[in-house]
Amino acid sequence: MADNQSSEKKLSRRKFLVRGGLGTIGVLAVGTYVLRNPIRRAILEKANEMDLAYMGSTDNPMLWFELGKDNVVILHSPKIEMGQGTFTGLAQMAADELEISMSNIKVVHATTATGNIDGMSTGGSTSISGLWQPLRELAAIFREMMKIEAAKKLGVSVDDLSVKDGVVSANSKSLTYAEISEGVTNWTIPEKPILKDISSYKYVGKPVPRVDLDDKVYGAPMFGLDAEMPNMLYGAVVRPSKIGAKFISATTDKAEKMPGVIKIVSEDDFVGVVAESYIEAENAKQAIEVIWETPDNLQQDAIVSMMTVGNGKSTIIQKEGDALEGDDIVQMEFRSPIGAHAQIEPNGVVAFVEESKATIMISTQVIGITRKEVSSRLGWDAEQVNVIPTYLGGGFGRRLHTPHAVQAAVMSQAVGKPVKYIFSREEEFQHDMFRPPTHHILKGRLNEQGLLDGLEHHFVSGDVGNNSALVPNIVPPIVGADIGAIRGGFLQYSAVPNHRSVYWHVTLPFATSWWRSLGLLANTFAIESFVDEMALKAGKDAIEFRLAQVNDDEAGKRLKEVMRTAGERAGYSEEIKDGKAMGFAASVDAGTPCAHVVEVSVEDNKIRVHKVTVVLDPGLAVNPDQIRAQCEGCVIMGMSAVLFEQMKVVDGSLTPTIYGPYEMALMKHAPREIDVVLLQGKDTPGAVGEPPLGPIGAAIANAIRRLTGKRLQSMPLKLT
Amino acid sequence: MKISMIVNGQSHAIELTDEYTPLLWVIRDILGLKGTKFGCGKAACGACTLHVDGEAVRSCSYPVKFAEGKQITTIEGLGNAENPHPVQQAWIEEIVPQCGYCQPGFMMATAALLNKIPNPTDEDIDNNIINVCRCGTYYRMRKAIHKAADKQNAINEINEPTKA
Repeated sequence: MADNQSSEKKLSRRKFLVRGGLGTIGVLAVGTYVLRNPIRRAILEKANEMDLAYMGSTDNPMLWFELGKDNVVILHSPKIEMGQGTFTGLAQMAADELEISMSNIKVVHATTATGNIDGMSTGGSTSISGLWQPLRELAAIFREMMKIEAAKKLGVSVDDLSVKDGVVSANSKSLTYAEISEGVTNWTIPEKPILKDISSYKYVGKPVPRVDLDDKVYGAPMFGLDAEMPNMLYGAVVRPSKIGAKFISATTDKAEKMPGVIKIVSEDDFVGVVAESYIEAENAKQAIEVIWETPDNLQQDAIVSMMTVGNGKSTIIQKEGDALEGDDIVQMEFRSPIGAHAQIEPNGVVAFVEESKATIMISTQVIGITRKEVSSRLGWDAEQVNVIPTYLGGGFGRRLHTPHAVQAAVMSQAVGKPVKYIFSREEEFQHDMFRPPTHHILKGRLNEQGLLDGLEHHFVSGDVGNNSALVPNIVPPIVGADIGAIRGGFLQYSAVPNHRSVYWHVTLPFATSWWRSLGLLANTFAIESFVDEMALKAGKDAIEFRLAQVNDDEAGKRLKEVMRTAGERAGYSEEIKDGKAMGFAASVDAGTPCAHVVEVSVEDNKIRVHKVTVVLDPGLAVNPDQIRAQCEGCVIMGMSAVLFEQMKVVDGSLTPTIYGPYEMALMKHAPREIDVVLLQGKDTPGAVGEPPLGPIGAAIANAIRRLTGKRLQSMPLKLT
Repeated sequence: MKISMIVNGQSHAIELTDEYTPLLWVIRDILGLKGTKFGCGKAACGACTLHVDGEAVRSCSYPVKFAEGKQITTIEGLGNAENPHPVQQAWIEEIVPQCGYCQPGFMMATAALLNKIPNPTDEDIDNNIINVCRCGTYYRMRKAIHKAADKQNAINEINEPTKA
């Protein structure tokens, strides 16, 4: 029996190692906390036995909760807050199971030194759904541990205790959690967590305000660019403006004599300067003359030609029935451009490399990878580097790459002081890891009933997951496709007898990568535009046409319910009224179905979006207000990408490099009405942060088709 | 050289070698007020918006020499949790921020707008609030701006009943 148990334990440990990678042993500043290591270890032991759906390590000591003398619980979040509201959702989940009030819980980012960090990343709309079960269970264990000790201290049975707002009571006596914890060194851990009934939750399911609201409204220093360390200097790194440029050498005489310059840092792969102020570092950087080896000047035409279906390597990712052949096939093609992240907070970092340890404060979505890259450049163990993540001034996938942390660390080591390094906006645009351009060929055929007999999606994309530190090199050959580029590339019309999706992969000469919702935005634009065109050909209502071609399995039912509700709520009609037309589109991303109905008009040849109805089925809504906020944000960010944004390659450089020329949605473009309806098609939380981006492009294009007769086939959508 | 200015009601005399240093970096790195953000450095996004003598200014492109003798207000001086500005109250009630990075610039631009146009129409808002928000919070911002106008007008009516 004992042997069996130990072998089970080993299996479980190995599973965690494979899924999450190694964690780290950390030390936390003691401060005023009465409860730290004992409860950490106790909870950890329990956590290790659980099947965590999230990808973090639970294999080594780590810290989830801290309890202060003021009875405030600090939750160390392994997930980064980048605006998506994760901190608030986690606080709600924890507070309900801890049985404390929202005002008595604070959420902070876990650092690599406190151990409880996510082995992978914050991304993929998985933070709330992935932590739903493990976080509540850990909180429930915490609560029960308090009750067990309280029962001892109060001399009553655990069953006689009641808990409210962090106070455990029996008869007329009561103790706060902080009082209970005083002097306890040997905690008793309950066999298994007893979760409360969801219907008894006070916070989960309610639109509680964001926990970071006041800080964000009063201008608290909370972002990566606000980070400081004592005696900090400022660094800058010379970056090439041309694609594929290789650093050869640099002349630094002039820069060395510039005001405020402390040191020029010349490495094999970059040259940087450290100065007393940001402006002095930037000015000195301009004075460094670098010789680059640059390939022939690339032009946009070459990129478009590379990014054409038939180039690169293909994989059939979905196949049912036969391939379409014959003269009666309808075929259309679609394109999407290179997209920039354009998050408002540029990338930045403060690094301090001391004799045998390094501290990195940074806006990152990949704490573990940031640490690994810094430690490997320094030739150190990962444990010697502590990464302290900050709030992100926008993530959107841009913070999944942090090579600037390495450069700042090298510069700090060279001067022996902390160095802060900030990208200029020009660098931010030129050296983004862009949303790859795509090309799509859609094929379809109608049967005699005017329904689809066959539907095919052939598409090509640049790297999203491939060549990213997040996806091990071994994955693409096994999967055969880029796991990010294919998001949204599958056909959701499962009842179409013959349907297939074929993915082609091309790696471009510049970096492309993760951009909020990955392939979803472009793939849904293409597929749902084409399906709409087929509905028009069939002479059918756009929604009825779609509903008829989705199977009645569980996912299909949820998708159809979202489609139907959107049509009813918006009063979807194919008629043009007062110069406005409606457009419909739907998608499923990470298990969350979403439908949009938009109302558009054309003014001075420009597309104007008046109203967007969003119906989303995210499962259980932990915070309905923040889910609405994500839907509103996805609509507007999506409109921005669909109507305005595009990067182009001109004479070997990615352009433009500033807001304005890189046109984005502004206040005047935002719809005056965004009506969000949330359905609950399952009883656990699902993905929220990206799925609502899916339908917007096709919904707008479909409305324009009805209004003007024109089928717009390229993003950004332009009428002339 | 020395530049004298009043920031959030406090007088400062700042020693600088380069009088063309943008005001933003003086505010952030010398005075340590981090609420005013760096976004683009070319007055293209508005994240660095603050008030110079009551006017909204994009401080990343405003040489500090022009601030000599002037009154500067940053988000920290606009209001605080104990004494919030109507714009901040409205922002909290509408739960506007997502990532939050651009929000101080938007709130400063809004506060300046309301001083000029106490009851802005949607068109006034479209024409005057031209900062960039990547999370797409414009929809809630518009509601918050109208709400802030109502709040500010109510306060003004109490303070100056004859004018109203």
